Amino acid sequence: MTAPQVELLNMTKRFGANLALNNVSLLIRSGTVHALLGENGAGKSTLVKCLVGFYHPENGHIQVNGREHRLNSPKDADALGIGMVYQHFTLVPSMTVAQNLVVSGARLPAYINWQSELKRLTEVTKKLPFHVPLDVRVSQLSAGEKQKAEIVKQLYLGRKLLILDEPTSVLTPAEADEVLGYVRSLTRAGELSAVLISHKFHEVRRYADDVTVLRRGASVRTGAVADLSDDALAEAMIGEPVSKMVQHAPKSPPKPNIVLSIKDLCVNGDNGLPAVKDLSLAVREGEIAGIAGVSGNGQLELVEAMMGQRDRNGTITVSGSSFNGTRKEIARLGVYGLPQEPLKNACIDRMSLAENLALRNFDRAPLCRGIAMNYGALAVQAERLVAQFRVKAPGLTASMNALSGGNVQRAVLARELTQDVRLLIASNPTFGLDFVACEETYRRIVEARNGGAAVLLISEDLDELLGLVDRVLVMSAGRIVHEVLADCADKRVIGKYMAGMKAA
Amino acid sequence: MSSISGIESPPSNPPGTAAQLSVALPVLAVLLASAVFAAFVALYGQNPFTVFGLIVQGGFGSSFAWQDTLSRAAPLILVGLAVAIPAQAGLVIIGGEGALVLGGLAGAVVTLPFAGAHALPMQVIMLVAGALAGGLWFGLASLLRQYRGVNETISSLLLSYIGIAIFHHLTEGLLRDPASLDKPSTHPIDPSYMLPVLPGVGVHAGLAVSLALAIIAHVVLRYTRWGFALRVVGGSARVARMVGLAVNRWVIGATFVAGGMAGVAGAIEVAAVQGTANSSLIVGYGYSGILVAFLARHQPLAIVAVALLIGGMQASASLLQRRLELPDATMLVFQGLIFVCVLVADAIAQQLRENTRR
Ligand SMILES: Nc1ncnc2c1ncn2[C@@H]1O[C@H](COP(=O)(O)OP(=O)(O)OP(=O)(O)O)[C@@H](O)[C@H]1O
Ligand SMILES: [Mg+2]
Repeated sequence: MTAPQVELLNMTKRFGANLALNNVSLLIRSGTVHALLGENGAGKSTLVKCLVGFYHPENGHIQVNGREHRLNSPKDADALGIGMVYQHFTLVPSMTVAQNLVVSGARLPAYINWQSELKRLTEVTKKLPFHVPLDVRVSQLSAGEKQKAEIVKQLYLGRKLLILDEPTSVLTPAEADEVLGYVRSLTRAGELSAVLISHKFHEVRRYADDVTVLRRGASVRTGAVADLSDDALAEAMIGEPVSKMVQHAPKSPPKPNIVLSIKDLCVNGDNGLPAVKDLSLAVREGEIAGIAGVSGNGQLELVEAMMGQRDRNGTITVSGSSFNGTRKEIARLGVYGLPQEPLKNACIDRMSLAENLALRNFDRAPLCRGIAMNYGALAVQAERLVAQFRVKAPGLTASMNALSGGNVQRAVLARELTQDVRLLIASNPTFGLDFVACEETYRRIVEARNGGAAVLLISEDLDELLGLVDRVLVMSAGRIVHEVLADCADKRVIGKYMAGMKAA
Repeated sequence: MSSISGIESPPSNPPGTAAQLSVALPVLAVLLASAVFAAFVALYGQNPFTVFGLIVQGGFGSSFAWQDTLSRAAPLILVGLAVAIPAQAGLVIIGGEGALVLGGLAGAVVTLPFAGAHALPMQVIMLVAGALAGGLWFGLASLLRQYRGVNETISSLLLSYIGIAIFHHLTEGLLRDPASLDKPSTHPIDPSYMLPVLPGVGVHAGLAVSLALAIIAHVVLRYTRWGFALRVVGGSARVARMVGLAVNRWVIGATFVAGGMAGVAGAIEVAAVQGTANSSLIVGYGYSGILVAFLARHQPLAIVAVALLIGGMQASASLLQRRLELPDATMLVFQGLIFVCVLVADAIAQQLRENTRR
């Protein structure tokens, strides 16, 4: 079987009263990459989940190479060679990449001949333009490596229609290029068709042939990428002409007093080896300091240590007092954070949206008097935050699982940025956000800075970083290896330091 | 243990299917178990309808039956809470029996040096001693979990056996009343210290204590910031740490309180029924408590209702034995069937939830 042509016809899907898909049709031509664009919550993930049999649409047909198919479960999709790389990781962390790949096969033999399987795997991975370590446990891979492994798994399973749901949000631009470039070459060669969900226009432009824009569950624009300008796509996404990007408020020079000071910080990674090594840094009031670096160089561990989620050695002081992440300290010193993968790291899926919005202040008035919770006040607060940050959700009592990826992020933004923030730790805060929400997030971070907060921004997107920060710190192998004011920053020099090279 | 069924955020329960499901499932489970049990007694040549009639009669058919049922429900409520409270924090602790017997032992010996004092303070001391002993025992399991990564379900079960062994060791050795010949027991407590019988109900005051504790647990878990914090800790330790909750303290605190509940159950059994600590305490209340909590989906008020049901079933066992010559263990079979059905229903519910999402 070569690259299939897949057509979705009149797909309609409801979640309760919420119409997530409204009569959407989509044609994925054989051997092409079809991009899906749309605001957070537009229905992109829902559409492709219907295509892999994970959701059952109320209405609609799916045709593969002109033949009608009913997809009742992911198994049916598997039989048709349709596979998906999800917004979140699905590999088993405690198994090696090779084990994950072999075990993921639909028909597993009773006896697994590991030797021959490994040989076959090496054959497959040898052809790849990027390296994926086979005999390493998934838990020890960086986010980028995991994502590559997810894609290799789909190819190994012989998928002919590959669906990528925001695959590059955890990849560096170079990694994204490797991965998407490879998918592109496979489609060009007629071996694969693909669906690419992305919030990044330049990716769509570079790797996709066709594009469909969804808005509030309806398909509002579709056509060849070459025929549509970025402005036209953006306009279709939000339904009105795009105003010029908001200008950030002018920078005022940072104040001299240091808010965050880290001295000789050592943190171990999940594998027990040092991930952050004797790191020291300081962030001043009214300053955004950015940490640049390739993912997996200790940024994650650094953030977790600051958030009190990981054991550490060394001192962290905030506004002169030592900081250990207790509730009292957090409230008194105003330390808040936007971790990456917010659904996992900042939300509790078992609790409702309203309750998640209250995690920071549930034990203070007006949400709590004495020890008694005031759930009325909690709902009022949630309503206010949801309106203020335009969180789209089925309802305040919805569980966090029912929110689209971008709206989870918005909810966390709403909760963290409406506190009295004096130190903000933001780790890739715009992953998975549409461009409107991205701008809004930048604006709010800058606002926090201008309000006198110190901001430590960790990002793997160098352009994003340079556009926002006052000072850049480059992190490599657990250390700060370079420091420069944003105004004098040279991307090439920073890139070299990121890659672990000494400056020429 | 990744998920504990039935823990839902109370005031924000989605009104629709989820809430209905959480009531319907246990009911279905009991019905299914009843059907299997009916087949089981039919194999013994008994008419299932007669059997169920006798269960109702033996558990709830007369004021005498009610008294028996209620006095069994008292400890069952407490051991149910002992499972349900840690469940809020994401722990599955099943070692209630050990905490119960150690609580009973502590309650039995703590007042021995003080003969002839006022009854009320002594009764309070007995219950507090029981709570401390039980709390410490459960606390061990959560200490091991938080600081050593030991699975709390297994450690609590094994600790339970150790607790029972210690109980035997002391009641048959150091603390044994030489006068207790055929059944090694501790010295009996001063009869004036025994918990009084509730006027008009004919059941000991331990029932009132159990009910009060269930109501307090309900209010605390549902309407206070402690309950909220506990659900945050149980929902995700990572996120709890991010928002500054001291996860270890919350987990250990919750298990301490839970163990305290089981310990109080033991102390009540001593102070209201036995008057001394001996092997009559070890009748499996701790294990029935697991069933009670799971069937009640870890909701304190539901635990009261389920404890009545299970208490009634246990109370009817002797009637079944007398009338139909069914062995004593018949009721255990029924209980076990219910438990299996609850677990199966939970698994099915999981599946259903995934399907309704689609
Ligand atoms: N399981 C669910 N239960 C209820 N509502 C849901 C569920 N999954 C998605 N929704 C709703 O359907 C709508 C579309 O969600 P979807 O995840 O498809 O958005 P998306 O386009 O992928 O957004 P994002 O870019 O943020 O990932 C949203 O309003 C969301 O709240
Ligand atoms: Mg999505």
